[in-house]
Amino acid sequence: MTELSNPTPAKPPRSQWLDVWDQFKSHKGALMGGILFLLIVLSVYFGPFLWDIEPTKIDIRARNQGPSLAHPFGTDQLGRDMLARMMAGGQTSVSVGITAMLLALFLGSFIGVLAGYFKRLDGPLMRLTDLFLALPLLPLLLVMMLLFREPLNAAFGLERGIFILIVVSIGITSWMPTARIVRGDVLALKEREFVLAARSIGTTNTKMITRHILPNVLSPIMVSATLGIATAIITESALSFLGLGFPPDFPTWGRLLFDATDYLQQYPERVFWPGMAISLTVLSVNYLGDGLRDALDPRIRGR
Amino acid sequence: MKIKALLLGAIASTAFAPVAFAERGSDGHVSIIYWQAPSILNPYLSGGTKDLESASLILEPLARYDENGAMVPWLGSEIPTVENGGVSADLTSITWKVAPGLKWSDGSDVTAHDVKFTADYCLHPEGGCASLSKFDGVSSVELVDDMTIKVTFDGPTPFPYGPFVGNESPIIQKAQFESCIGAAAPGCTDQNFYPVGTGPFVVTDFRPNDVIQMEANNNYRDPAKPAFATLTFKGGGDATAAGRAVMETGEFDYAWNLQLAPEVIAQMQKGGKGIPVAGFGPLVERIMVNNTNPDPALGPDERSVIRPNPKTADPAVRKAMSMAIDRPLLVEIGYGSAGKLTCDLVPAPAIYATGNDSCLTQDIAGANKMLDEAGWTKGADGVRSKDGVRLSFSYQTSTNAVRQDFQALIKQWWSEIGIETELRNLNASVFFGGDPGSPDTFQKFYADVEMYANTFNGTDPQAYLANYLCNDAPRPDSQWQGGNISRFCSEEYDALHKKLSQTAGTEARAEIARQLNNMIIESGSVIPLVHRGRLSAHSTTLGGVKLNVWDSELWNVADWYRKDGS
Amino acid sequence: MLTFTIRRLVLAVPTLLFISLVIFLLLELAPGDPMAQVPLTVPPEVKEKMREALGLGQPMHIRFWKWIVQFFWIEPQVMIDYYFGTSFSEGDLRVISWQTRSPVMDIVVQRIPQTLWVVGTAYVVAIIVALPIGIYSAYRQYSWFDQAGTFVSMVGFSVPPFFSGVLVIVIFSVQLGWFPSIYDTTHVVNSWDSFVKQLQQMVMPVMVLALQITAQLSRFMRASMLDNLNQDYVRTARAKGLSEYIVVMVHVLRNSMIPVVTVIALGIPSIFGGAIITEQVFKVNGIGQLLIGAIQANDLPMVQTLTFIFAVLIVLFNLIADVLYGILDPRIRYD
Repeated sequence: MTELSNPTPAKPPRSQWLDVWDQFKSHKGALMGGILFLLIVLSVYFGPFLWDIEPTKIDIRARNQGPSLAHPFGTDQLGRDMLARMMAGGQTSVSVGITAMLLALFLGSFIGVLAGYFKRLDGPLMRLTDLFLALPLLPLLLVMMLLFREPLNAAFGLERGIFILIVVSIGITSWMPTARIVRGDVLALKEREFVLAARSIGTTNTKMITRHILPNVLSPIMVSATLGIATAIITESALSFLGLGFPPDFPTWGRLLFDATDYLQQYPERVFWPGMAISLTVLSVNYLGDGLRDALDPRIRGR
Repeated sequence: MKIKALLLGAIASTAFAPVAFAERGSDGHVSIIYWQAPSILNPYLSGGTKDLESASLILEPLARYDENGAMVPWLGSEIPTVENGGVSADLTSITWKVAPGLKWSDGSDVTAHDVKFTADYCLHPEGGCASLSKFDGVSSVELVDDMTIKVTFDGPTPFPYGPFVGNESPIIQKAQFESCIGAAAPGCTDQNFYPVGTGPFVVTDFRPNDVIQMEANNNYRDPAKPAFATLTFKGGGDATAAGRAVMETGEFDYAWNLQLAPEVIAQMQKGGKGIPVAGFGPLVERIMVNNTNPDPALGPDERSVIRPNPKTADPAVRKAMSMAIDRPLLVEIGYGSAGKLTCDLVPAPAIYATGNDSCLTQDIAGANKMLDEAGWTKGADGVRSKDGVRLSFSYQTSTNAVRQDFQALIKQWWSEIGIETELRNLNASVFFGGDPGSPDTFQKFYADVEMYANTFNGTDPQAYLANYLCNDAPRPDSQWQGGNISRFCSEEYDALHKKLSQTAGTEARAEIARQLNNMIIESGSVIPLVHRGRLSAHSTTLGGVKLNVWDSELWNVADWYRKDGS
Repeated sequence: MLTFTIRRLVLAVPTLLFISLVIFLLLELAPGDPMAQVPLTVPPEVKEKMREALGLGQPMHIRFWKWIVQFFWIEPQVMIDYYFGTSFSEGDLRVISWQTRSPVMDIVVQRIPQTLWVVGTAYVVAIIVALPIGIYSAYRQYSWFDQAGTFVSMVGFSVPPFFSGVLVIVIFSVQLGWFPSIYDTTHVVNSWDSFVKQLQQMVMPVMVLALQITAQLSRFMRASMLDNLNQDYVRTARAKGLSEYIVVMVHVLRNSMIPVVTVIALGIPSIFGGAIITEQVFKVNGIGQLLIGAIQANDLPMVQTLTFIFAVLIVLFNLIADVLYGILDPRIRYD
C-alpha cells in the first residue's frame, strides 16, 4: 500500500515521441541513412558555394576529360564540369524526388485508408484507382502540360511553374499502388481485436485512423516511399526527353544518366556518378524508413 | 541476255565485278535493321521514310535517282527528254515507255495499264495518297498503247519527272489493287502488306512495326540476281542499338540512318564488324528566325501572325546571330563525317549550290561591333536592348541529343554577343505534328527561333524554294498549315520564284535557284548550321552497297552480295 | 464471397465503359497528329487529305460510337468466326490502325507471344526469387543476408532499364558475345536447339526486368513479414510447440501475403502491357513497343484499344486480389 500511495513515480514520465527518438538514435542503419541523406542534401545545395564552376559553362577545349584536379568528376561532351552538373542536377532531382514521393504517398495513403476503413467509400475510390491505373501515362502528361503549363508559368514564374507541374504530374500518376496496398492492409486490420476493443471504448473514427490504423500500415508505406523516390527521379528524366520537363540546359541526375548511356564504353565514369547518386539517395531513404518503422513499433522499442 | 543488257545498261556500266556470284540466291541470307519499324508496304499509304524504303525492295518506279542524283531508267526503257521526244516541246506532257519483258513476281507481265492504274489509285480523292504532291499539276494520264503512257500537265512543266520517279511513286499491280481504290484502300490489308512487285524480293511474312521476311523474286529480270536467297528487315529500337548490332556484334548486315555523336560511331567502328558510310543530299540543319511576333501576350489570332517581330526585325541582329556561330565546331561535335559546312539553304546538288563560305568563321567581335553600331546597348545583366526591346530569345527544337548539345553551344555563343536565350525541347511527335490545337508545333512557331532539318526529294528544288512564298505562311485561317515557317515575305522573291516555275533548262533554272537561295540567306530568316549527310553502316562482309540519298537507300539491293571468304 | 464477385463483375461493365470514354476524351484532347512522322517534304495540303482519309474529319461522338461498335460487337464476331469457321463478321469494318491500315486485334495477337515469353517469364522468375528473399531477410533481420539483399535490391531498383539494359548488352553481347543483342520475334521453338536459342535471346531482357520486379516484391514481402513476426499469435504458436518452419511458413506468411498479393495483382496486367523501355532496348517488339509506337505516331484506334484491354485486365485482377484477401484472411468481409 505504501508503494501505491507514493506520490512521486520512480522515473519521470516520458513522452511517446522521446521514446521514438531514443529508439531511432540507437538504430545503426537509420543513423547511417540519415547522415548519408543529410550529406547528399548538403552537398547538392551548399556544394555550389564551394565549387563555383557554372554547370552550363561550356569549355569546348576541355571536353571528354577524365577525372582530374581541375574537374574531379571529369567533363562531358561539351566540356561542362561534371561535378558542377551533378550538384545542380541533384538539387532538381532530390527536390523533385522527395516532393513528388511525398505527394504520391499522401494521396495513396489517404485514399487507401479511406477506402479500406469506410465501406461506403471503398467502391467509388477503388474504381477511381482502377481508372487512374488504366489511363495511358504519356497522353495524360501531354494533356496536363497543354492545359496547365502556361497558366502555371504565368502564376509562379518559369522554373517554379515547371517544378509544380512536374511534381504534381508525377504525384498524381503514381499514387495508385500505394492506395491499393494500404487499403488491403486496412481491410485486414480493421477486423483485428484491438480495433474492436478501441471501438468499444468509443474511439472516434479520426482517432481510430490516426492512432490505430495508420501506425500499423506504416511499413508498406515506408517501402512505397523508398521505391517512390527512385521512380520519381527516373520519371522526371523521362519527362524531359518528352520535352515536358525542365529546359534542356537544366541538368538532372536522370538526364545525366541517360545522356551518358551512349558513352558507356568510352567514358564509364560518366554513367557512374549519376547512377551512384540516385542509388545512394534511395538507399539512404530506405534505411531512414527502416529506422523510423522500427522506432515507431512499440513492440520492438527498447529491445 | 540482250534485253537484260539493254535494261540494266545504266547500272551495269557502273558494275563492280559481280564474279563472286553467278546464281540467284547463292549467298544465303542478308539482314537489315532500321530503328524505325515499317508499318505498311504500300508507299502510297505510308507514314514515313521507313515504309518507303522497305517497300522499295519490292515495288519499283519507272526511273530512279542513282547515288549521284542522276536519273536512271528502272522499269521505263529510257528517260524521256525533249531531245529524244519523250517530253513535248511545249513542256506540257511526258511520254514513258515501259521496258518490254518485265514480269511481276506472280509471273504476269508488267504493262502500261499498271502505270495508268497507279496514277488513278493515287489521284483518287478519297484515297488519302501520301505521294499526291508527286502528281502536282497532272491533268490527265492516258494510255497510248499497252506499253506506253502519256502524262499531261495543266501548264508547261519544266521538271516533269514527278509521277512514277523515285521511291515515293513506284508502280503497283493493277490486278492486285483494283478493288482497293479510293475509300476501300485502308481495308486492303493483304494487298498493303504483301504487294506484288517487280523488285528483287518478295514478302513472305510481314509483321507490322516489327519485322519483314522476304525471299528472292523468282521472276526478277536479271536471272543472276539478287545474290541473297532470303532477307530479314527488322525494325524498332534506337540508332545506338542498330549501329551496335552491325558494327560491334555483327548480328545484322546493314543499319540505316545512324544519327549518333561522332565519338560513338568511332567507338562502334572499333568493333571491326562493320563500317559507316555517309552520303549527302540537300538536308540542312538550320535555325529558323521568326519574322512574326511570338509574344505570349498576343491573342491566338495575332501571336506568330502579325509582323514584325521587334526582336529580330533589325537585319543587324539576324546577321550577328549567324556570325556568332562556330559552324566547324558544330559539325565536329554533332555530325563528324556525316556533316559538312554550308552557308546555303540548298547545298546540293552541286549545280544549285552557291558555294558561299562567308559564314564559316566565327566572328564574335565583329558581331558585337555590328550590334553596337546598330544601337543595341548592353544592360547591367549583359543583355542588349534598344528602345525598350530586350534581346531575349526563346529557342525551341525537338528532343534529340545532338540538338540539345547545339542548343547549349549556341546559347553560350549568343550570350557572348549580349543575346539571352531560353531553351525548350519538345517531343518530336508533337513538334512535327500539325495539330492546330497544340501550341508546340513547329508550324505555329510560338518562339523567336527554332531549329530543325529539312530537305527535298529528288534533285529539283523548285517546290522546296516555294516554302518561302508570302502566302504560304501558317496562319489561323489555314489551320496553321503552310510551309513558310520563318514567315519570310518578299514580293521580289515571289516574282522570281514564279519565273523559276516557267523556266526550262537546267543551267537557267540553277541560276534562278541560286538567286532565290541568296535572297533568303541574306535576309537572315534562315541561319544554316550544318549540311547533314545520311550515315548508315554495313557489315564488312557485305558488298555492293552504294549509299543513295536521292532515292531509297536500298535502291540497289539486287546488287548486294556476300564478300568471298566470309 | 460469390455474390460479391458477381456484383463486382456486373458493376465492372459500366465502370469499364466509363473508363473507355475517359481514355477516348483524353486521347482526343492530347496534342498530336497522326501525320507527325510523315516527312516534311510532303506538303500540308496532302497531309490534310490523308487525315480526312483516316476519318478524322468526323465529329467526336460518332468516332467514339464507331469504336464501341467495332470493339464490342464486330471484334467478338471475328473471334467466333476464327474459332468456328462461321462468317458473322463478313464485310464489317473492324478497328483499323492508322499506321498500318490493318485490324488492330490481329497485330495484338501477333505481339502476345513475345510479350508473354519475356515479360511473363520475368514475372515468374521475380516472384520465385523475391518471396524467399523477402521471407528470409525478415526472419533474419539485419543479418548480412538481409543487408546484402537490401543493398542489391535498392540499387537494382534505382538503376533504370534504359541504362541496365544497355549495360548488359555491352557486357554480354559486345564483350563476351554470349547472347544476341536483338530479339528475333520470328524465331520458332520446335526442337531442343531452338529452345536453347530462345533461352539465349530471353536471358538479358528477363534479367533486367526481373531485377526491377524482384526488388519491389522482396521489399514488400520483407516489410510485411516483419510486421507479423512480432505479433502475439506468433508467440502463441511457438508456445504451442509448433515447429519454427510451420510458424513462419504457414502462420506468419499467410498473414503477410496481403500487400504482396496486391503488388502482384497490380503487376500481372502490366505483363500484358509489356515493358516499354526494356522491349525497346532489346527490340523485343511486344505489346509495350506497340503501345509506345502507336502513341508516338498518334495512332488513336490502336492506343484506345490497347489501353482498354489493359483497363479490363486491371479491373479483373484487382477483383481477383480482393477475393484473395478474403481467402487469406477470412475476417475480411465485403458484404
